[in-house]
Amino acid sequence: MIGGLFIYNHKGEVLISRVYRDDIGRNAVDAFRVNVIHARQQVRSPVTNIARTSFFHVKRSNIWLAAVTKQNVNAAMVFEFLYKMCDVMTAYFGKISEENIKNNFVLIYELLDEILDFGYPQNSETGALKTFITQTGIKSQSKEEQSQITSQVTGQIGWRREGIKYRRNELFLDVLESVNLLMSPQGQVLSAHVSGRVVMKSYLSGMPECKFGMNDKIVIDKQGKGGATEEAAGKSDLGGSGGGGGKQSIAIDDCTFHQCVRLSKFDAERSISFIPPDGECELMRYRTTKDIILPFRVIPLVREVGRTKLEVKVVIKSNFKPSLLAQKIEVRIPTPLNTSGVQVICMKGKAKYKASENAIVWKIKRMAGMKESQISAEIELLPTNDKKKWARPPISMNFEVPFAPSGLKVRYLKVFEPKLNYSDHDVIKWVRYIGRSGIYETRC
Amino acid sequence: MPAVSKGDGMRGLAVFISDIRNCKSKEAEIKRINKELANIRSKFKGDKALDGYSKKKYVCKLLFIFLLGHDIDFGHMEAVNLLSSNKYTEKQIGYLFISVLVNSNSELIRLINNAIKNDLSSRNPTFMCLALHCIANVGSREMAEAFAGEIPRILVAGDTMDSVKQSAALCLLRLYKASPDLVLMGEWTSRVVHLLNDQHMGVVTAAISLITCLSSKNPDEFKTCVSLAVSRLSRIVSSASTDLQDYTYYFVPAPWLSCKLLRLLQCYPPPEDGAVKGRLVECLETILNKAQEPPKSKKVQHSNAKNAILFEAISLIIHYDSEPNLLVRACNQLGQFLQHRETNLRYLALESMCTLASSEFSHEAVKTHIETVINALKTERDVSVRQRAADLLYAMCDRSNAKQIVAEMLSYLETADYSIREEMVLKVAILAEKYAVDYSWYVDTILNLIRIAGDYVSEEVWYRVIQIVINRDDVQGYAAKTVFEALQAPACHENMVKVGGYILGEFGNLIAGDPRSSPLVQFNLLHSKFHLCSVPTRALLLSAYIKFINLFPETKATIQEVLRSDSQIRNSDVELQQRAVEYLKLSSIASTDVLATVLEEMPPFPERESSILAKLKKKKGPGAVSVELEDGKERGDYNGSTPSPSADLLGLRSAAPVSGAAPSAGSLLVDVFSEAGPAAASAGVNDDGFLSSAPTSAASEDPAPPLPESDELLNKFVCKNNGVLFENQLLQIGIKSEYRQNLGRMYLFYGNKTSVQFVSFSTTVSCPGELQSHILQLEPLVEGGAQVQQVINIECLTDFVDAPLLNIKFRYGGALQNISLKLPVTINKFFQPTEMAAADFFQRWKQLSQPQQEAQKIFKASHGMDTEVLKAKLLGLGTALLENVDPNPENYVCAGVIQTKAQQVGCLLRLEPNAQAQMYRLTLRSSKDTVSQRVCDLLAEQF
Repeated sequence: MIGGLFIYNHKGEVLISRVYRDDIGRNAVDAFRVNVIHARQQVRSPVTNIARTSFFHVKRSNIWLAAVTKQNVNAAMVFEFLYKMCDVMTAYFGKISEENIKNNFVLIYELLDEILDFGYPQNSETGALKTFITQTGIKSQSKEEQSQITSQVTGQIGWRREGIKYRRNELFLDVLESVNLLMSPQGQVLSAHVSGRVVMKSYLSGMPECKFGMNDKIVIDKQGKGGATEEAAGKSDLGGSGGGGGKQSIAIDDCTFHQCVRLSKFDAERSISFIPPDGECELMRYRTTKDIILPFRVIPLVREVGRTKLEVKVVIKSNFKPSLLAQKIEVRIPTPLNTSGVQVICMKGKAKYKASENAIVWKIKRMAGMKESQISAEIELLPTNDKKKWARPPISMNFEVPFAPSGLKVRYLKVFEPKLNYSDHDVIKWVRYIGRSGIYETRC
Repeated sequence: MPAVSKGDGMRGLAVFISDIRNCKSKEAEIKRINKELANIRSKFKGDKALDGYSKKKYVCKLLFIFLLGHDIDFGHMEAVNLLSSNKYTEKQIGYLFISVLVNSNSELIRLINNAIKNDLSSRNPTFMCLALHCIANVGSREMAEAFAGEIPRILVAGDTMDSVKQSAALCLLRLYKASPDLVLMGEWTSRVVHLLNDQHMGVVTAAISLITCLSSKNPDEFKTCVSLAVSRLSRIVSSASTDLQDYTYYFVPAPWLSCKLLRLLQCYPPPEDGAVKGRLVECLETILNKAQEPPKSKKVQHSNAKNAILFEAISLIIHYDSEPNLLVRACNQLGQFLQHRETNLRYLALESMCTLASSEFSHEAVKTHIETVINALKTERDVSVRQRAADLLYAMCDRSNAKQIVAEMLSYLETADYSIREEMVLKVAILAEKYAVDYSWYVDTILNLIRIAGDYVSEEVWYRVIQIVINRDDVQGYAAKTVFEALQAPACHENMVKVGGYILGEFGNLIAGDPRSSPLVQFNLLHSKFHLCSVPTRALLLSAYIKFINLFPETKATIQEVLRSDSQIRNSDVELQQRAVEYLKLSSIASTDVLATVLEEMPPFPERESSILAKLKKKKGPGAVSVELEDGKERGDYNGSTPSPSADLLGLRSAAPVSGAAPSAGSLLVDVFSEAGPAAASAGVNDDGFLSSAPTSAASEDPAPPLPESDELLNKFVCKNNGVLFENQLLQIGIKSEYRQNLGRMYLFYGNKTSVQFVSFSTTVSCPGELQSHILQLEPLVEGGAQVQQVINIECLTDFVDAPLLNIKFRYGGALQNISLKLPVTINKFFQPTEMAAADFFQRWKQLSQPQQEAQKIFKASHGMDTEVLKAKLLGLGTALLENVDPNPENYVCAGVIQTKAQQVGCLLRLEPNAQAQMYRLTLRSSKDTVSQRVCDLLAEQF
């Protein structure tokens, strides 16, 4: 179990220090600073063991969050908690920065008291927390409300309080995916996977029972075999138009759900049913590795002319429906360490040599599908004493596309609220697909 | 001059550094550096010509980036270009870059060397210094190859500036340390030594470091520096504090130089020249006097400088070890420091005193501080100081104060630091054994030791107690009683149980008469501890039980019951089970006689070097050894054979000539001397090997005095020609010899027992006048583990008494080893056996009837009187053993002729053993009185 939690700024100064167990001494704070933050070599492992004490850390911009324990804890649980902690803090005071943490330190201690008890994680649902940890002045609560809070926090559905009412019942679904790729110079895929999230924002009255359906291969196949009639919901039009093929179903490698999803039902019949928390929540997370639609293809061409010159030509091709537009495209072409000058010519967008990053950065604002663009650069080199050859790091890319590269489609999301007088048809539903680049690299 | 004002600033560099300092994170820093590197690369691109200033600036930036820990792979060319600049700052930055970042890149090295060469040959002292510093900083082999010839020339040239000379001396020192084979001083030696006379103190200080290093490697070449150093030292010491303006440090004249001079002198033995020596002694006295003066300043620097010189002087005095007066004064001075406020001073004083204690002159003086040292051991706060105090107590211990010191150390042990406990235990054990007057005290001490610090008592310690108890009849009863009492404590250490089990098993019968310690009580006491012990101890206890069955038949039933119990006979440990089964069987089927034979009391252990001592030596390295030497000498003193330690030393050195001259004097005189000979020899033997380590510390150039046990060695070889002559930790010498008439040939085999090679290995043989020897010299190197052979040819001119001395010198790991041995050449080696009939024999016997022709001795047998052994010995002597000559068949009669170049000496021998009295009567008659006497002496030691 977590013995303590520290938050440091980039210099290693302690901003927040909360110790939950006696086995964590004061010196643990310094041990992490000395061995990780101020380490001579950059520490890349998120878990560090110092003198039989484990430190789990995540870094948000310049802020370090470190959980400390002397016991053999479930590391995945600790990281899950740390990410949750980040989410909670963002929900309360926005961006996690040194200034914000300093301004809200009382609130943070209050939150830490609530979401960890003797090192065991408790309810970390923002919606629930906001009912009793408030930033505004003290609202005098009636006895009734207080008892309600108690019963809600300790009850079965801790993430949603009763008696929520909206005039307009609305819900938003975002399918956010990031696609990771490593490709050989010849265009062979070396590794590729998509990690995606389904984020739901709901403004629904009462205690609605929801059911979520997508084109999961197992479900589709089962239905096909059983000869069951196609779900009458007819919400398939919810699904955005995918990029490439008319693929019917996708194979999900693994997925995790928000705590509100009834796992027993998912295990039994693979249906996703839940009572959503009010406001925003991450309904599920998943990962796919098969049949990924790669939105862009990068074709590099590097030629060394003598010892002092290098010619680079890079072509990018967009590989999705011409009607769709990709945005925020950025190609990063690494340059050798002994570069002494660069000339760049490109047809589209802007390209610049950034010496501080040892790379040429080529930015294109918008690009439609099934198009092609090219950049060529001449790099001058300084002769060096080292006989070491340039390692040729891969060309990396960033972009954003309006479809899900995994091919995931939302088939339906049904809402039932038997106690109140609105039905599934009355709920206004929105679905959006966003595909982003993760680590999208092509070797050159 | 805009360039100069620009040069002073280097604004770009300052801005860059402040940018880096302001970076918020590592990533930001890396970004900034990447940007700067790209900028510098674009500037260094071939097509633009840069002025010296910007070149310097960018090289500086590169250097800074490198020092931040980033790789730099360009800019070397620009740095080399800077070397040829005429501006000091540019040259300096160029050299700085080269010293920090040079790699053995062939083309660049050539350019750099060229630039350095130019600067060295320029007349500008600043540039020469820069170049010298660069060479010293890089110090690579290539540099040494290129400049090792050049620098000595600069160093001794008359027109070189002082500052350059200083740099040159230190640069040469660096090159010499890095690659000594390339720096050959040869013709420069004397001129370098004469730098000690330089007017400029800085040059002297730098040169002396060089000379000290060089002369420690080859002392002979630099011998002349001793007198120069002494005169320089005396000038400094006698100067008033204001004389050496710049070199006076807090009222102390040239403290660094003085220390270095004193250290240089420690490379050499005391100067032989009386005047020089007198001057040096005067200097040392002055230094000791100055220590007594009230301090001229209260500043800590003043006292530090003064004490530094003082301690260096004291270590020189200890190194010489020949001035009793100075040694005692040094000791008194250190005694004052023992109570000084400053912890460091106390530490140093204790440390130096430790070495002083090993000098025979100051040992007594050191002993006067015993109370203070004991106090230090008890009250000192710093553990390292306490450790030194314990070392010193150990070093100053001798028979007179052993009881006190051992008691103090024991009482300290209870509170001692864990880190030094084991060592303390070993020391107490050794001291107790070495100085034990009565062994009951020894047993008490060791048992106390086990009681107080049982965990730290190593196996060796309790093995040793048992060895001693078994070998000494007088202490066995007492030991049994004491362990019995000690075991009665409710909780006692396992080591105590081991000792108790062993001793009661052997000597329990000695205390069984007392009803309080009846056999059954003893057994029950031991057995009550059984279950708390580890397996080896249990095994030992089982053996003790079976011994009990033998000692006390009345306990047999009880013990058999115990052995038969499941926990013994079915023990999961194989060893215990086997013992239980076998002992049970043995006790039930063997008759009492068999049992008594099998379980007889342990025979005495052979006397050997204490195993504890070996352990301490292993722990401490050579430091402890010198202490042993001193203790050995002290023992000699107490044996009463010599009046004082100094006389003892003298006696050893001069013994050879005195007795060598003796034979020509009258027979009465001969008797006196020959009586003294064996006595001295036996005194030496009594030192039971403690002196064997003498050569390691007596590292002087003179041949060491022969080992005291060499007389004993000599006796060993009287009747045999082959064997091991000498052996210590380093070296083994084997010998093989053959004799014909008056000629002998001896093969010596030197075996290096270490894995390190012996350097400058040399041997010399010094013969008494009556012998002539020829020795074939050896290679000076003896590889580790190798054996080399040396042949010595010997011719006997006339009869002799003294054996030739063999002196062996070599360096082992830098320390000079000096060993002197007597070669086993005795007069009897030149015997030619002569067979003769009984009548013949008696006729000749009667012919040699003059009183001086006969030598007779009656002595007690020191070995068994076995006939065959005696015969073998007599044959080994070289004579013919004549059968059926003597009317009494018990007697032995021999005849032989000793062949010398000058004459042949016939010799008849008669040995009459008396088995009842264990006595022999040995009679020798020969044509020459000295021969009779000598052979008689030699033989008397053999039986």
